[in-house]
Amino acid sequence: MWPLPEEWQAVRLSLSVALRSVAFGLPPAVLAAWLLARGRFPGRSLLDALVHLPLVMPPVVVGWLLLVTFGLRGPVGSLLNEWFGIRLVFTTAGASLATAVMSFPLIVRAVRLSLDAVDPGLEAAARTLGAGPLDRFVTVTLPLIAPGILSGAITAFAAGLGEFGAVITFASNIPGETQTLPLAIYAATQTPGGEAVAARLAAVSLALAVAGLLLADLAGRRLSLALGRAAR
Amino acid sequence: MLEVSLSHRFGGADGFRIEAAFATPTPGVTALFGPSGCGKSTLLSAVAGLLRPDRARVALDGAVLVDTAARIALPPERRRCGVVFQDARLFPHLSVATNLRYGERRAPRDATGPAFEEVVELLGIRPLLGRRPGALSGGERQRVALGRALLSRPRLLLMDEPLAALDAPRRAEVLPFLARVRHRFRVPILLVTHALDEVDRLADHLVLMEAGRVLATGTVEALSARTDLPLLAGRRDAGVALACRVIAHDAARGLTRLGFAGGELRVPLRAEPPGEALRLRVRARDVSVAVTEPRGLSVQNILPALVESVEEAGPHEAMLRLRLGEAALLSRVTAEAASRLALRPGLAVWALVKSAAFGPEDEGE
Repeated sequence: MWPLPEEWQAVRLSLSVALRSVAFGLPPAVLAAWLLARGRFPGRSLLDALVHLPLVMPPVVVGWLLLVTFGLRGPVGSLLNEWFGIRLVFTTAGASLATAVMSFPLIVRAVRLSLDAVDPGLEAAARTLGAGPLDRFVTVTLPLIAPGILSGAITAFAAGLGEFGAVITFASNIPGETQTLPLAIYAATQTPGGEAVAARLAAVSLALAVAGLLLADLAGRRLSLALGRAAR
Repeated sequence: MLEVSLSHRFGGADGFRIEAAFATPTPGVTALFGPSGCGKSTLLSAVAGLLRPDRARVALDGAVLVDTAARIALPPERRRCGVVFQDARLFPHLSVATNLRYGERRAPRDATGPAFEEVVELLGIRPLLGRRPGALSGGERQRVALGRALLSRPRLLLMDEPLAALDAPRRAEVLPFLARVRHRFRVPILLVTHALDEVDRLADHLVLMEAGRVLATGTVEALSARTDLPLLAGRRDAGVALACRVIAHDAARGLTRLGFAGGELRVPLRAEPPGEALRLRVRARDVSVAVTEPRGLSVQNILPALVESVEEAGPHEAMLRLRLGEAALLSRVTAEAASRLALRPGLAVWALVKSAAFGPEDEGE
Protein backbone atom coordinates (compact mmCIF):
# COMPACT_ATOMS: atom_id res chain seq x y z
CA MET A 1 0.00 0.00 0.00
CA TRP A 2 2.88 2.37 0.77
CA PRO A 3 4.12 4.18 -2.41
CA LEU A 4 7.28 2.83 -4.03
CA PRO A 5 10.54 4.84 -4.19
CA GLU A 6 10.03 5.82 -7.84
CA GLU A 7 6.56 7.00 -6.97
CA TRP A 8 7.90 9.15 -4.15
CA GLN A 9 9.89 10.96 -6.80
CA ALA A 10 6.67 12.48 -8.18
CA VAL A 11 5.66 13.53 -4.65
CA ARG A 12 9.04 15.19 -4.01
CA LEU A 13 8.91 16.92 -7.39
CA SER A 14 5.40 18.18 -6.69
CA LEU A 15 6.48 19.60 -3.33
CA SER A 16 9.50 21.29 -4.90
CA VAL A 17 7.50 22.76 -7.79
CA ALA A 18 4.74 24.03 -5.47
CA LEU A 19 7.27 25.53 -3.06
CA ARG A 20 9.14 27.32 -5.81
CA SER A 21 5.93 28.61 -7.35
CA VAL A 22 4.92 30.16 -4.02
CA ALA A 23 8.40 31.58 -3.36
CA PHE A 24 8.51 33.36 -6.70
CA GLY A 25 4.81 34.21 -6.89
CA LEU A 26 4.47 35.71 -3.41
CA PRO A 27 6.26 39.08 -3.82
CA PRO A 28 4.51 40.08 -7.06
CA ALA A 29 1.20 38.82 -5.66
CA VAL A 30 1.54 41.01 -2.53
CA LEU A 31 2.46 43.96 -4.74
CA ALA A 32 -0.54 43.34 -7.01
CA ALA A 33 -2.85 43.00 -4.02
CA TRP A 34 -1.53 46.25 -2.57
CA LEU A 35 -1.98 48.08 -5.88
CA LEU A 36 -5.52 46.75 -6.20
CA ALA A 37 -6.48 47.55 -2.60
CA ARG A 38 -4.82 50.95 -2.19
CA GLY A 39 -3.87 52.20 -5.62
CA ARG A 40 -5.80 54.79 -7.60
CA PHE A 41 -4.51 54.62 -11.15
CA PRO A 42 -5.91 54.17 -14.65
CA GLY A 43 -6.05 50.55 -15.70
CA ARG A 44 -6.74 49.31 -12.20
CA SER A 45 -9.73 47.24 -13.29
CA LEU A 46 -7.67 45.87 -16.18
CA LEU A 47 -5.01 44.69 -13.72
CA ASP A 48 -7.76 43.23 -11.55
CA ALA A 49 -9.11 41.23 -14.51
CA LEU A 50 -5.64 40.15 -15.60
CA VAL A 51 -4.78 38.86 -12.13
CA HIS A 52 -7.96 36.82 -11.93
CA LEU A 53 -7.75 35.44 -15.46
CA PRO A 54 -6.10 32.12 -14.48
CA LEU A 55 -9.06 31.40 -12.18
CA VAL A 56 -11.55 31.45 -15.02
CA MET A 57 -9.51 30.40 -18.05
CA PRO A 58 -9.03 26.73 -18.91
CA PRO A 59 -5.61 25.78 -17.49
CA VAL A 60 -4.65 24.34 -20.85
CA VAL A 61 -5.09 27.79 -22.37
CA VAL A 62 -2.82 29.30 -19.69
CA GLY A 63 -0.24 26.61 -20.48
CA TRP A 64 -0.55 27.30 -24.20
CA LEU A 65 -0.14 31.07 -23.65
CA LEU A 66 2.98 30.36 -21.60
CA LEU A 67 4.26 28.12 -24.36
CA VAL A 68 3.71 30.87 -26.92
CA THR A 69 5.37 33.50 -24.70
CA PHE A 70 8.16 31.53 -23.00
CA GLY A 71 8.76 28.90 -25.66
CA LEU A 72 12.15 28.87 -27.35
CA ARG A 73 10.68 30.83 -30.25
CA GLY A 74 8.44 32.99 -28.04
CA PRO A 75 9.20 36.69 -27.52
CA VAL A 76 10.32 36.29 -23.91
CA GLY A 77 11.57 32.70 -24.09
CA SER A 78 13.94 33.38 -26.99
CA LEU A 79 15.50 36.34 -25.15
CA LEU A 80 15.90 34.35 -21.93
CA ASN A 81 17.58 31.58 -23.87
CA GLU A 82 19.89 33.87 -25.89
CA TRP A 83 20.95 36.15 -23.03
CA PHE A 84 20.97 33.88 -20.00
CA GLY A 85 20.76 30.40 -21.49
CA ILE A 86 17.59 29.82 -19.50
CA ARG A 87 15.15 27.34 -20.95
CA LEU A 88 11.74 27.09 -19.30
CA VAL A 89 9.79 24.72 -21.55
CA PHE A 90 9.94 21.07 -20.50
CA THR A 91 11.87 21.88 -17.29
CA THR A 92 11.13 21.86 -13.58
CA ALA A 93 11.52 25.66 -13.59
CA GLY A 94 8.87 25.82 -16.30
CA ALA A 95 6.53 23.64 -14.26
CA SER A 96 7.07 26.02 -11.33
CA LEU A 97 6.28 29.03 -13.54
CA ALA A 98 3.06 27.46 -14.83
CA THR A 99 2.05 26.57 -11.26
CA ALA A 100 2.91 30.09 -10.03
CA VAL A 101 0.72 31.70 -12.69
CA MET A 102 -2.20 29.42 -11.85
CA SER A 103 -2.01 30.01 -8.08
CA PHE A 104 -1.28 33.75 -8.38
CA PRO A 105 -4.93 34.84 -8.01
CA LEU A 106 -5.31 32.69 -4.89
CA ILE A 107 -2.55 34.62 -3.09
CA VAL A 108 -3.74 37.98 -4.39
CA ARG A 109 -7.25 37.35 -3.13
CA ALA A 110 -6.13 36.27 0.33
CA VAL A 111 -3.74 39.20 0.71
CA ARG A 112 -6.27 41.68 -0.60
CA LEU A 113 -8.91 40.50 1.83
CA SER A 114 -6.58 41.10 4.75
CA LEU A 115 -5.47 44.44 3.29
CA ASP A 116 -9.10 45.56 3.16
CA ALA A 117 -9.35 44.68 6.85
CA VAL A 118 -6.41 46.93 7.78
CA ASP A 119 -7.64 50.31 9.00
CA PRO A 120 -6.12 52.94 6.68
CA GLY A 121 -6.23 55.17 9.75
CA LEU A 122 -3.30 53.20 11.17
CA GLU A 123 -1.22 54.00 8.09
CA ALA A 124 -2.27 57.64 8.41
CA ALA A 125 -1.18 57.58 12.05
CA ALA A 126 2.20 56.17 11.02
CA ARG A 127 2.52 59.00 8.50
CA THR A 128 1.95 61.66 11.13
CA LEU A 129 4.62 59.94 13.22
CA GLY A 130 7.16 60.46 10.47
CA ALA A 131 7.07 57.16 8.58
CA GLY A 132 7.58 57.33 4.80
CA PRO A 133 5.77 55.02 2.32
CA LEU A 134 8.13 52.02 2.46
CA ASP A 135 8.63 52.41 6.22
CA ARG A 136 4.85 52.41 6.76
CA PHE A 137 4.37 49.38 4.57
CA VAL A 138 7.07 47.35 6.28
CA THR A 139 6.35 48.33 9.90
CA VAL A 140 2.55 48.64 9.87
CA THR A 141 0.85 47.18 6.81
CA LEU A 142 2.97 44.08 6.28
CA PRO A 143 2.76 42.76 9.86
CA LEU A 144 -0.99 43.31 9.89
CA ILE A 145 -1.56 41.40 6.65
CA ALA A 146 0.90 38.63 7.55
CA PRO A 147 -1.90 36.19 8.41
CA GLY A 148 -3.43 36.77 4.98
CA ILE A 149 -0.09 36.33 3.25
CA LEU A 150 0.60 33.13 5.14
CA SER A 151 -2.81 31.58 4.54
CA GLY A 152 -2.67 32.66 0.88
CA ALA A 153 0.76 31.10 0.51
CA ILE A 154 -0.29 27.81 2.09
CA THR A 155 -3.48 27.63 0.01
CA ALA A 156 -1.45 28.35 -3.14
CA PHE A 157 1.07 25.71 -2.12
CA ALA A 158 -1.63 23.11 -1.59
CA ALA A 159 -3.31 24.00 -4.87
CA GLY A 160 0.07 24.06 -6.64
CA LEU A 161 0.67 20.43 -5.68
CA GLY A 162 -2.21 19.49 -7.93
CA GLU A 163 -1.76 21.81 -10.91
CA PHE A 164 -2.28 19.73 -14.06
CA GLY A 165 -3.43 21.41 -17.24
CA ALA A 166 -1.01 24.30 -17.38
CA VAL A 167 1.94 22.14 -16.35
CA ILE A 168 1.36 19.34 -18.84
CA THR A 169 0.81 21.85 -21.65
CA PHE A 170 3.81 24.05 -20.93
CA ALA A 171 6.29 21.67 -19.29
CA SER A 172 5.08 18.32 -20.60
CA ASN A 173 5.06 15.03 -18.64
CA ILE A 174 8.70 14.03 -18.12
CA PRO A 175 9.33 11.69 -15.16
CA GLY A 176 11.82 13.18 -12.68
CA GLU A 177 11.73 16.52 -14.49
CA THR A 178 8.15 17.75 -14.80
CA GLN A 179 6.05 14.75 -13.82
CA THR A 180 4.34 16.05 -10.67
CA LEU A 181 1.79 14.10 -8.61
CA PRO A 182 -1.29 14.66 -10.76
CA LEU A 183 0.70 13.98 -13.94
CA ALA A 184 2.04 10.76 -12.45
CA ILE A 185 -1.51 9.72 -11.49
CA TYR A 186 -2.67 10.54 -14.99
CA ALA A 187 0.20 8.53 -16.51
CA ALA A 188 -0.60 5.59 -14.21
CA THR A 189 -4.24 5.54 -15.25
CA GLN A 190 -3.14 5.45 -18.87
CA THR A 191 -0.90 2.44 -18.18
CA PRO A 192 -2.47 -1.06 -18.13
CA GLY A 193 -2.41 -2.40 -14.55
CA GLY A 194 -1.50 1.03 -13.11
CA GLU A 195 -4.64 1.29 -10.95
CA ALA A 196 -2.77 0.48 -7.72
CA VAL A 197 -0.13 3.15 -8.40
CA ALA A 198 -2.85 5.68 -9.18
CA ALA A 199 -4.71 4.84 -5.97
CA ARG A 200 -1.57 5.16 -3.81
CA LEU A 201 -0.62 8.50 -5.34
CA ALA A 202 -4.18 9.79 -5.12
CA ALA A 203 -4.21 8.97 -1.40
CA VAL A 204 -0.96 10.93 -0.90
CA SER A 205 -2.40 13.80 -2.90
CA LEU A 206 -5.54 13.87 -0.79
CA ALA A 207 -3.56 13.75 2.47
CA LEU A 208 -1.34 16.63 1.35
CA ALA A 209 -4.32 18.76 0.34
CA VAL A 210 -6.14 18.24 3.64
CA ALA A 211 -2.95 18.87 5.63
CA GLY A 212 -2.35 22.07 3.67
CA LEU A 213 -5.81 23.45 4.34
CA LEU A 214 -5.66 22.62 8.05
CA LEU A 215 -2.22 24.17 8.32
CA ALA A 216 -3.39 27.34 6.55
CA ASP A 217 -6.25 27.75 9.01
CA LEU A 218 -4.11 27.01 12.06
CA ALA A 219 -1.24 29.27 10.98
CA GLY A 220 -3.62 32.12 10.20
CA ARG A 221 -5.20 31.90 13.63
CA ARG A 222 -1.93 31.58 15.53
CA LEU A 223 -0.49 34.55 13.71
CA SER A 224 -3.59 36.68 14.30
CA LEU A 225 -3.30 35.85 17.97
CA ALA A 226 0.36 36.81 18.00
CA LEU A 227 -0.51 40.12 16.38
CA GLY A 228 -3.06 40.87 19.08
CA ARG A 229 -5.89 41.04 16.60
CA ALA A 230 -7.87 37.96 17.45
CA ALA A 231 -11.28 38.21 19.10
CA ARG A 232 -10.88 38.40 22.82
CA MET B 1 1.74 82.17 15.59
CA LEU B 2 -0.27 79.46 13.86
CA GLU B 3 -1.93 80.70 10.69
CA VAL B 4 -4.49 78.52 8.99
CA SER B 5 -6.63 79.24 5.98
CA LEU B 6 -8.50 76.56 4.14
CA SER B 7 -10.94 76.34 1.31
CA HIS B 8 -12.26 72.92 0.45
CA ARG B 9 -15.34 71.42 -1.09
CA PHE B 10 -16.49 67.84 -0.66
CA GLY B 11 -18.38 66.17 -3.48
CA GLY B 12 -20.00 68.18 -6.26
CA ALA B 13 -20.92 71.84 -6.58
CA ASP B 14 -23.57 71.52 -3.87
CA GLY B 15 -21.32 69.49 -1.54
CA PHE B 16 -20.21 70.55 1.93
CA ARG B 17 -17.93 73.54 1.75
CA ILE B 18 -15.31 74.77 4.16
CA GLU B 19 -14.10 78.33 3.95
CA ALA B 20 -12.19 79.00 7.13
CA ALA B 21 -9.27 81.07 8.28
CA PHE B 22 -7.81 81.97 11.64
CA ALA B 23 -4.55 82.90 13.29
CA THR B 24 -3.74 82.08 16.87
CA PRO B 25 -0.75 82.77 19.12
CA THR B 26 1.81 80.06 19.97
CA PRO B 27 2.58 78.42 22.25
CA GLY B 28 -0.80 77.89 23.79
CA VAL B 29 -3.86 75.75 23.33
CA THR B 30 -6.35 76.70 20.66
CA ALA B 31 -9.69 74.93 20.66
CA LEU B 32 -11.66 74.48 17.46
CA PHE B 33 -15.13 74.44 18.88
CA GLY B 34 -18.44 73.83 17.17
CA PRO B 35 -21.24 71.34 16.57
CA SER B 36 -20.58 67.99 14.85
CA GLY B 37 -20.15 68.35 11.13
CA CYS B 38 -19.03 71.98 11.23
CA GLY B 39 -15.73 71.10 9.57
CA LYS B 40 -13.43 71.36 12.56
CA SER B 41 -11.99 67.86 12.14
CA THR B 42 -11.48 68.49 8.42
CA LEU B 43 -9.52 71.60 9.33
CA LEU B 44 -7.34 69.52 11.63
CA SER B 45 -6.75 66.91 8.89
CA ALA B 46 -5.67 69.66 6.52
CA VAL B 47 -3.18 70.95 9.08
CA ALA B 48 -1.83 67.42 9.62
CA GLY B 49 -1.63 66.93 5.86
CA LEU B 50 -3.96 63.93 5.81
CA LEU B 51 -6.42 65.83 3.62
CA ARG B 52 -5.43 67.32 0.30
CA PRO B 53 -7.34 70.59 0.27
CA ASP B 54 -8.45 72.58 -2.77
CA ARG B 55 -6.73 75.68 -1.40
CA ALA B 56 -4.87 76.08 1.86
CA ARG B 57 -2.12 77.88 3.64
CA VAL B 58 -0.83 76.70 6.99
CA ALA B 59 2.17 78.27 8.63
CA LEU B 60 3.53 77.61 12.09
CA ASP B 61 5.82 80.29 13.53
CA GLY B 62 6.75 81.31 10.00
CA ALA B 63 7.45 77.76 8.73
CA VAL B 64 5.10 76.95 5.87
CA LEU B 65 3.54 73.48 6.07
CA VAL B 66 1.31 73.91 3.07
CA ASP B 67 0.70 76.76 0.66
CA THR B 68 -1.22 75.66 -2.40
CA ALA B 69 -0.72 79.05 -4.05
CA ALA B 70 3.07 78.61 -3.85
CA ARG B 71 2.78 74.88 -4.69
CA ILE B 72 4.23 73.87 -1.34
CA ALA B 73 2.76 70.91 0.48
CA LEU B 74 4.88 69.00 2.94
CA PRO B 75 3.78 65.37 3.22
CA PRO B 76 2.37 64.49 6.67
CA GLU B 77 5.49 62.49 7.55
CA ARG B 78 7.57 65.66 7.28
CA ARG B 79 5.20 68.10 8.96
CA ARG B 80 6.02 66.97 12.48
CA CYS B 81 2.47 67.42 13.67
CA GLY B 82 1.73 64.89 16.39
CA VAL B 83 -1.87 63.78 16.11
CA VAL B 84 -4.02 62.27 18.85
CA PHE B 85 -6.96 60.68 17.07
CA GLN B 86 -10.36 60.12 18.59
CA ASP B 87 -9.92 56.36 18.15
CA ALA B 88 -6.29 56.30 19.43
CA ARG B 89 -5.04 54.30 16.41
CA LEU B 90 -2.37 52.42 18.31
CA PHE B 91 -0.59 49.78 16.27
CA PRO B 92 -2.22 46.53 17.42
CA HIS B 93 0.79 44.34 16.60
CA LEU B 94 3.23 46.38 18.69
CA SER B 95 3.60 46.63 22.46
CA VAL B 96 2.74 49.86 24.23
CA ALA B 97 6.46 50.64 24.61
CA THR B 98 7.13 50.10 20.89
CA ASN B 99 4.10 52.19 20.02
CA LEU B 100 5.46 54.99 22.19
CA ARG B 101 8.87 54.76 20.54
CA TYR B 102 7.49 54.66 16.98
CA GLY B 103 7.45 58.41 16.49
CA GLU B 104 10.47 59.04 18.71
CA ARG B 105 12.66 56.86 16.48
CA ARG B 106 11.60 58.73 13.37
CA ALA B 107 11.98 62.24 14.76
CA PRO B 108 14.86 64.35 13.39
CA ARG B 109 18.01 63.98 15.48
CA ASP B 110 18.21 67.66 16.35
CA ALA B 111 14.57 67.81 17.47
CA THR B 112 14.11 68.39 21.16
CA GLY B 113 11.26 67.19 23.27
CA PRO B 114 10.33 65.38 26.43
CA ALA B 115 12.22 62.23 27.34
CA PHE B 116 10.61 58.80 27.25
CA GLU B 117 10.78 58.39 31.04
CA GLU B 118 9.27 61.80 31.64
CA VAL B 119 6.30 61.14 29.37
CA VAL B 120 5.71 57.66 30.78
CA GLU B 121 5.77 59.09 34.31
CA LEU B 122 3.53 62.05 33.49
CA LEU B 123 0.89 59.90 31.82
CA GLY B 124 1.08 57.12 34.41
CA ILE B 125 1.50 54.41 31.79
CA ARG B 126 4.52 52.56 33.19
CA PRO B 127 2.50 49.46 34.15
CA LEU B 128 1.19 49.25 30.58
CA LEU B 129 4.51 49.29 28.72
CA GLY B 130 4.70 45.54 28.08
CA ARG B 131 1.08 45.13 27.04
CA ARG B 132 -0.56 45.10 23.63
CA PRO B 133 -3.09 47.85 22.79
CA GLY B 134 -5.83 45.19 22.62
CA ALA B 135 -5.46 44.67 26.37
CA LEU B 136 -5.95 48.34 27.28
CA SER B 137 -9.06 50.22 28.33
CA GLY B 138 -10.26 53.14 26.23
CA GLY B 139 -8.80 55.68 28.62
CA GLU B 140 -5.44 53.91 28.76
CA ARG B 141 -5.33 53.78 24.97
CA GLN B 142 -5.87 57.52 24.74
CA ARG B 143 -3.10 58.16 27.26
CA VAL B 144 -0.69 55.99 25.28
CA ALA B 145 -1.74 57.72 22.03
CA LEU B 146 -1.04 61.05 23.69
CA GLY B 147 2.38 59.83 24.80
CA ARG B 148 3.19 58.48 21.35
CA ALA B 149 2.32 61.83 19.75
CA LEU B 150 4.35 63.76 22.35
CA LEU B 151 7.40 61.56 21.88
CA SER B 152 7.46 62.13 18.13
CA ARG B 153 8.89 65.58 19.03
CA PRO B 154 6.09 67.49 17.34
CA ARG B 155 6.22 71.16 16.49
CA LEU B 156 2.47 71.18 16.87
CA LEU B 157 0.20 68.78 18.70
CA LEU B 158 -3.17 68.13 17.06
CA MET B 159 -5.96 66.54 19.06
CA ASP B 160 -9.07 65.40 17.23
CA GLU B 161 -11.80 65.05 19.86
CA PRO B 162 -9.47 62.94 22.00
CA LEU B 163 -12.12 62.25 24.63
CA ALA B 164 -15.24 61.96 22.49
CA ALA B 165 -15.11 58.17 22.19
CA LEU B 166 -14.87 57.67 25.97
CA ASP B 167 -17.67 57.27 28.48
CA ALA B 168 -17.96 59.78 31.32
CA PRO B 169 -15.72 57.99 33.87
CA ARG B 170 -12.96 57.37 31.27
CA ARG B 171 -13.22 60.98 30.16
CA ALA B 172 -12.77 62.16 33.71
CA GLU B 173 -9.74 59.87 33.94
CA VAL B 174 -7.99 61.22 30.83
CA LEU B 175 -8.87 64.93 31.00
CA PRO B 176 -6.46 65.68 33.90
CA PHE B 177 -3.63 64.09 31.88
CA LEU B 178 -4.36 66.39 28.96
CA ALA B 179 -4.29 69.30 31.38
CA ARG B 180 -0.93 68.12 32.75
CA VAL B 181 0.57 67.84 29.27
CA ARG B 182 -0.74 71.30 28.48
CA HIS B 183 0.94 72.76 31.54
CA ARG B 184 4.22 70.83 31.38
CA PHE B 185 5.21 71.12 27.74
CA ARG B 186 5.42 74.23 25.65
CA VAL B 187 4.30 72.60 22.42
CA PRO B 188 1.43 74.48 20.76
CA ILE B 189 -1.79 72.49 20.73
CA LEU B 190 -4.74 72.59 18.36
CA LEU B 191 -7.68 70.83 19.98
CA VAL B 192 -10.91 69.87 18.22
CA THR B 193 -13.80 69.49 20.61
CA HIS B 194 -17.49 70.01 21.11
CA ALA B 195 -17.34 69.79 24.89
CA LEU B 196 -17.27 73.08 26.78
CA ASP B 197 -15.59 71.61 29.86
CA GLU B 198 -12.60 70.57 27.72
CA VAL B 199 -12.38 74.13 26.46
CA ASP B 200 -12.48 75.47 30.02
CA ARG B 201 -9.85 73.07 31.29
CA LEU B 202 -7.45 73.20 28.38
CA ALA B 203 -7.85 76.05 25.94
CA ASP B 204 -6.43 79.55 25.88
CA HIS B 205 -7.95 80.51 22.59
CA LEU B 206 -11.16 79.58 20.94
CA VAL B 207 -12.01 79.33 17.26
CA LEU B 208 -15.76 79.09 17.00
CA MET B 209 -16.95 77.23 13.91
CA GLU B 210 -20.30 76.56 12.31
CA ALA B 211 -21.20 75.09 8.90
CA GLY B 212 -17.67 75.27 7.56
CA ARG B 213 -17.06 78.85 8.62
CA VAL B 214 -15.26 80.57 11.45
CA LEU B 215 -17.75 82.62 13.45
CA ALA B 216 -15.34 84.18 15.91
CA THR B 217 -11.87 83.83 17.36
CA GLY B 218 -10.51 85.13 20.62
CA THR B 219 -9.57 84.15 24.12
CA VAL B 220 -11.95 81.79 25.89
CA GLU B 221 -12.72 84.53 28.43
CA ALA B 222 -13.51 87.15 25.79
CA LEU B 223 -15.72 84.93 23.65
CA SER B 224 -17.60 83.55 26.64
CA ALA B 225 -18.74 87.07 27.62
CA ARG B 226 -20.29 87.77 24.23
CA THR B 227 -24.04 87.50 23.83
CA ASP B 228 -24.06 87.61 20.02
CA LEU B 229 -22.77 84.06 19.59
CA PRO B 230 -25.76 81.72 19.97
CA LEU B 231 -23.41 78.75 19.69
CA LEU B 232 -22.02 79.75 23.08
CA ALA B 233 -24.60 82.03 24.68
CA GLY B 234 -27.53 79.88 23.59
CA ARG B 235 -26.33 76.80 25.48
CA ARG B 236 -27.90 75.72 28.73
CA ASP B 237 -24.43 75.79 30.29
CA ALA B 238 -23.50 79.14 28.77
CA GLY B 239 -21.60 81.48 31.02
CA VAL B 240 -18.58 83.67 31.37
CA ALA B 241 -15.23 82.03 31.87
CA LEU B 242 -13.39 84.05 34.49
CA ALA B 243 -9.64 84.08 34.93
CA CYS B 244 -9.27 83.72 38.72
CA ARG B 245 -6.52 83.36 41.27
CA VAL B 246 -6.80 81.50 44.53
CA ILE B 247 -6.59 84.02 47.40
CA ALA B 248 -7.09 81.79 50.42
CA HIS B 249 -8.76 78.63 51.66
CA ASP B 250 -11.15 78.50 54.57
CA ALA B 251 -11.09 74.81 55.29
CA ALA B 252 -13.31 75.12 58.38
CA ARG B 253 -16.16 76.56 56.35
CA GLY B 254 -15.30 74.58 53.24
CA LEU B 255 -14.79 77.66 51.12
CA THR B 256 -12.11 79.05 48.85
CA ARG B 257 -11.82 82.74 48.04
CA LEU B 258 -11.03 83.48 44.43
CA GLY B 259 -9.99 86.87 43.12
CA PHE B 260 -10.94 88.01 39.65
CA ALA B 261 -10.90 91.30 37.75
CA GLY B 262 -14.37 92.22 39.03
CA GLY B 263 -13.93 91.36 42.70
CA GLU B 264 -14.00 88.17 44.75
CA LEU B 265 -15.95 84.94 44.60
CA ARG B 266 -16.43 82.33 47.30
CA VAL B 267 -16.65 78.82 45.98
CA PRO B 268 -16.57 75.35 47.55
CA LEU B 269 -13.05 74.36 48.66
CA ARG B 270 -10.62 73.94 45.75
CA ALA B 271 -7.57 71.75 45.52
CA GLU B 272 -5.31 74.40 43.95
CA PRO B 273 -2.84 76.11 46.35
CA PRO B 274 -3.18 79.85 47.10
CA GLY B 275 -1.71 81.99 44.33
CA GLU B 276 -2.55 79.49 41.60
CA ALA B 277 -4.46 80.69 38.56
CA LEU B 278 -7.56 78.87 37.47
CA ARG B 279 -10.50 79.38 35.23
CA LEU B 280 -14.03 79.35 36.54
CA ARG B 281 -17.09 79.28 34.33
CA VAL B 282 -19.94 81.22 35.93
CA ARG B 283 -23.01 79.94 34.19
CA ALA B 284 -25.59 82.52 33.22
CA ARG B 285 -28.40 80.50 34.77
CA ASP B 286 -26.61 80.54 38.14
CA VAL B 287 -26.45 84.33 38.24
CA SER B 288 -29.47 86.30 39.41
CA VAL B 289 -29.81 90.04 40.00
CA ALA B 290 -31.37 92.27 42.63
CA VAL B 291 -32.12 95.98 42.21
CA THR B 292 -31.85 96.70 45.93
CA GLU B 293 -29.07 95.41 48.16
CA PRO B 294 -30.28 92.03 49.33
CA ARG B 295 -30.08 90.97 53.00
CA GLY B 296 -30.62 87.75 54.78
CA LEU B 297 -29.76 85.51 51.84
CA SER B 298 -27.93 82.20 51.77
CA VAL B 299 -26.11 83.32 48.65
CA GLN B 300 -22.40 83.80 49.36
CA ASN B 301 -21.55 86.04 46.46
CA ILE B 302 -23.32 89.38 46.20
CA LEU B 303 -21.44 91.66 43.85
CA PRO B 304 -22.32 95.20 42.81
CA ALA B 305 -22.60 95.46 39.03
CA LEU B 306 -23.90 97.59 36.19
CA VAL B 307 -26.31 96.27 33.57
CA GLU B 308 -24.55 96.60 30.25
CA SER B 309 -27.14 95.08 27.94
CA VAL B 310 -30.43 93.25 28.03
CA GLU B 311 -31.18 90.89 25.17
CA GLU B 312 -33.96 88.51 24.40
CA ALA B 313 -32.95 84.90 24.82
CA GLY B 314 -35.78 82.71 23.68
CA PRO B 315 -39.46 83.55 24.05
CA HIS B 316 -39.58 83.93 27.81
CA GLU B 317 -36.04 84.66 28.90
CA ALA B 318 -33.58 87.51 28.77
CA MET B 319 -29.78 87.48 28.78
CA LEU B 320 -28.18 90.25 30.84
CA ARG B 321 -24.62 91.34 30.48
CA LEU B 322 -23.31 92.74 33.74
CA ARG B 323 -20.18 94.78 34.14
CA LEU B 324 -18.09 94.30 37.29
CA GLY B 325 -15.05 96.52 36.99
CA GLU B 326 -12.81 94.89 34.37
CA ALA B 327 -14.87 91.75 34.19
CA ALA B 328 -18.27 90.84 32.83
CA LEU B 329 -20.88 88.29 33.86
CA LEU B 330 -23.84 86.92 31.97
CA SER B 331 -27.11 86.36 33.71
CA ARG B 332 -30.12 84.55 32.35
CA VAL B 333 -33.39 85.70 33.89
CA THR B 334 -37.02 85.31 32.89
CA ALA B 335 -38.43 87.97 30.58
CA GLU B 336 -41.08 88.60 33.22
CA ALA B 337 -38.42 89.45 35.83
CA ALA B 338 -36.60 91.69 33.40
CA SER B 339 -39.70 93.76 32.78
CA ARG B 340 -40.88 93.71 36.43
CA LEU B 341 -37.51 95.03 37.65
CA ALA B 342 -37.27 97.37 34.64
CA LEU B 343 -33.78 96.10 33.86
CA ARG B 344 -32.09 98.36 31.34
CA PRO B 345 -28.52 99.25 30.35
CA GLY B 346 -26.86 101.52 32.91
CA LEU B 347 -28.88 100.28 35.89
CA ALA B 348 -26.90 99.52 39.03
CA VAL B 349 -27.74 96.06 40.38
CA TRP B 350 -26.36 93.33 42.62
CA ALA B 351 -25.31 90.13 40.98
CA LEU B 352 -26.02 87.04 43.06
CA VAL B 353 -24.03 83.86 42.53
CA LYS B 354 -24.59 80.80 44.70
CA SER B 355 -21.37 79.11 45.85
CA ALA B 356 -23.03 75.76 45.52
CA ALA B 357 -23.30 76.39 41.77
CA PHE B 358 -19.59 75.56 41.59
CA GLY B 359 -19.95 72.09 42.96
CA PRO B 360 -17.18 69.71 41.94
CA GLU B 361 -19.50 67.62 39.76
CA ASP B 362 -19.93 70.62 37.50
CA GLU B 363 -16.23 70.86 36.87
CA GLY B 364 -16.06 67.48 35.27
CA GLU B 365 -13.47 66.27 37.71
